Amino acid sequence: MTSSHDTAEHPEKLRKVVIEPVSRVEGHGKVTILLDDQQRVHQVRLHIVEFRGFERFVQGRPYWEIPVMVQRLCGICPVSHHLAASKALDSVVGARALTATAECIRRLMHYGQILQSHALHFYHLASPDLLFGFDSPVAQRNIVGVLAAYPQIARQGILLRKYGQEVIRVTAGKRIHGTGAIPGGVNKPVTPAERDELLAPLDDIIAWAQAGVRLVAELHQKSPELYDEFASARSNLLSLVGRDGKLDLYDGVLRARDAEGQILFDGVECQDYGTQLHENVRSWSYMKFPFISSQGAETGWYKVGPLARMQNCDSVGTPLADAARDEWLARAPSRPVHGALSFHWARMIELLHAAEVIGRLLHDPALLGDALVTSGPRQPSCVGIIEAPRGTLIHHYEVNDEDLITMCNLIVSTTHNNRAMNEAIRDVARRYLDGNEPTEGLLNHIEVAIRAYDPCLSCATHALGKMPLWVEICDSAGTVVERLVRDGERL
Amino acid sequence: MAEQKQKVRVATVSLAGCFGCHMSFLDMDERLITLLDRIELDCSPLTDIKQCGDCDIGLVEGGLCNAENVHKLREFRARCKTLVAVGACAINGGLPAQRNHLDIRDCLQTVYLTGPGIERGFIPNDPELPLPLKQVHPIHDVVKVDYFLPGCPPSGEAIWQFLTQLLAGHTPQLGHALLRYD
Repeated sequence: MTSSHDTAEHPEKLRKVVIEPVSRVEGHGKVTILLDDQQRVHQVRLHIVEFRGFERFVQGRPYWEIPVMVQRLCGICPVSHHLAASKALDSVVGARALTATAECIRRLMHYGQILQSHALHFYHLASPDLLFGFDSPVAQRNIVGVLAAYPQIARQGILLRKYGQEVIRVTAGKRIHGTGAIPGGVNKPVTPAERDELLAPLDDIIAWAQAGVRLVAELHQKSPELYDEFASARSNLLSLVGRDGKLDLYDGVLRARDAEGQILFDGVECQDYGTQLHENVRSWSYMKFPFISSQGAETGWYKVGPLARMQNCDSVGTPLADAARDEWLARAPSRPVHGALSFHWARMIELLHAAEVIGRLLHDPALLGDALVTSGPRQPSCVGIIEAPRGTLIHHYEVNDEDLITMCNLIVSTTHNNRAMNEAIRDVARRYLDGNEPTEGLLNHIEVAIRAYDPCLSCATHALGKMPLWVEICDSAGTVVERLVRDGERL
Repeated sequence: MAEQKQKVRVATVSLAGCFGCHMSFLDMDERLITLLDRIELDCSPLTDIKQCGDCDIGLVEGGLCNAENVHKLREFRARCKTLVAVGACAINGGLPAQRNHLDIRDCLQTVYLTGPGIERGFIPNDPELPLPLKQVHPIHDVVKVDYFLPGCPPSGEAIWQFLTQLLAGHTPQLGHALLRYD
């Protein structure tokens, strides 16, 4: 698996620029860039620098602990891991179909999660780049800066996230690392009072979600070339879709398209994911590199997440979000869309969709039922796949007769995007850095591309941390000649 | 000359954790707006300030799983007058410490060599990757900690109560309902 700028021929003769850590994303990552004396870029890599080993230490644990343990891989999208594990373990307890109430409560939890995570990503993390500019002052480029300059936008973002977190609290027991889902169903009903509490602010939530979609559309229309072209990575697309071909973030079958939008495979059942997807390893990242096995590692890499889902499905299935998607696709200069900044537009359409689905589920009479758990003939091997906020999330376990986990394989959303993120930042490096002195503002362009994918690097490595960002410029003998700190200050 | 009250400088860092404690910080919701009136955020995953300045309060999420975590924590401690271990991982290693009874080489082999669907697997070994520690450690193994705020994660309410009492110059007293370990 090599591409232009993946591996330099003579790295020892080049100087290295390091972006560390990538900020306003979740988890530990750094970027290294190798440049020659004319500032020409020879190698660009996104490194995931921590290792946790969850897949190993979960072996020997009783299966019923897993939904609660596994969500501690990620505090941004714990519900995704909680539900992917629960869905997998449903097969272990033989729950081929959940009760209508359990399915409704789990879906509500999941769409609450999509809403809060997308709001967090857009308003708290990514919006400063889009509202102030990629090379705006460091001191302003955060949620506090947005609160000062655009108080209404920031406030709506905070309240959208709060609403999603409240949906999770009602369904899972607490906002972060709840315990609502169990193998075979859920452990807690929703009361009429709780439902009414969530229904009360829903009109505002939908209005703010619509305002969010409009905001991204306006930003896009102000600089169409930038938004269409920036950090483009032409690739295959992968996601779950519902059995009817509509967007479904909780359950369905796997579908993949090539970079032209042609179907590569469709209707693949979750338990057969291994027939389509393989992974390989690079020396320079703890994050693995998955690919569509029929295409090979070289061309089989793909994107997941909102940009893939919005183009993979036949339709969204809720009226406001479908109209928003039509408008988005109608103005795309070519399709499929591969520019990284289009993730934001697709993501905000999904946020609106999540609000609509929450409204639908809150009005579903099944929500208030009391049949919460089911079971049947047991199975030893199980796969659960869900569309997490950042993309397809695969949990695969084997359980022995003593109820202990003997095998665990996780392919998390951000891992699927590993190669695509690397290609996106190589595109940015070629367009913006090549031949120029790497300034703080230029380096932030690299981070803007990574942020668009909304990576969750602690999920991806099953580990996490943070470091100051600095650029170290070494001469060809490897001696440090200059060190530039990320906020522009020279050491 | 008008007297302007200096804002309290707060930095946050995430080591080997899951970001859940940072999410709980954001779970203060609208009260964040009130809080941000009184504090100035320095280096943090939520800002692009990467080199920590001198701070009044430092909040640490996560334990220590590799050499970089240890280095970063020492730097952070040196910059922060008051250091708070936030959440289960910073206080006792948390979920990542589940690997402590296993051999790290065995963990790496399971993940990169023998898992299903891996083609030509090997253990990543580039010099850019920090070396994992043999075991995951809580942060008080390495630096002095002034306060421990438990929970996995501590709730937004607990963080709010803790910070507002600290900002008012009191030793925070959270009481039974907010002191929890799940």
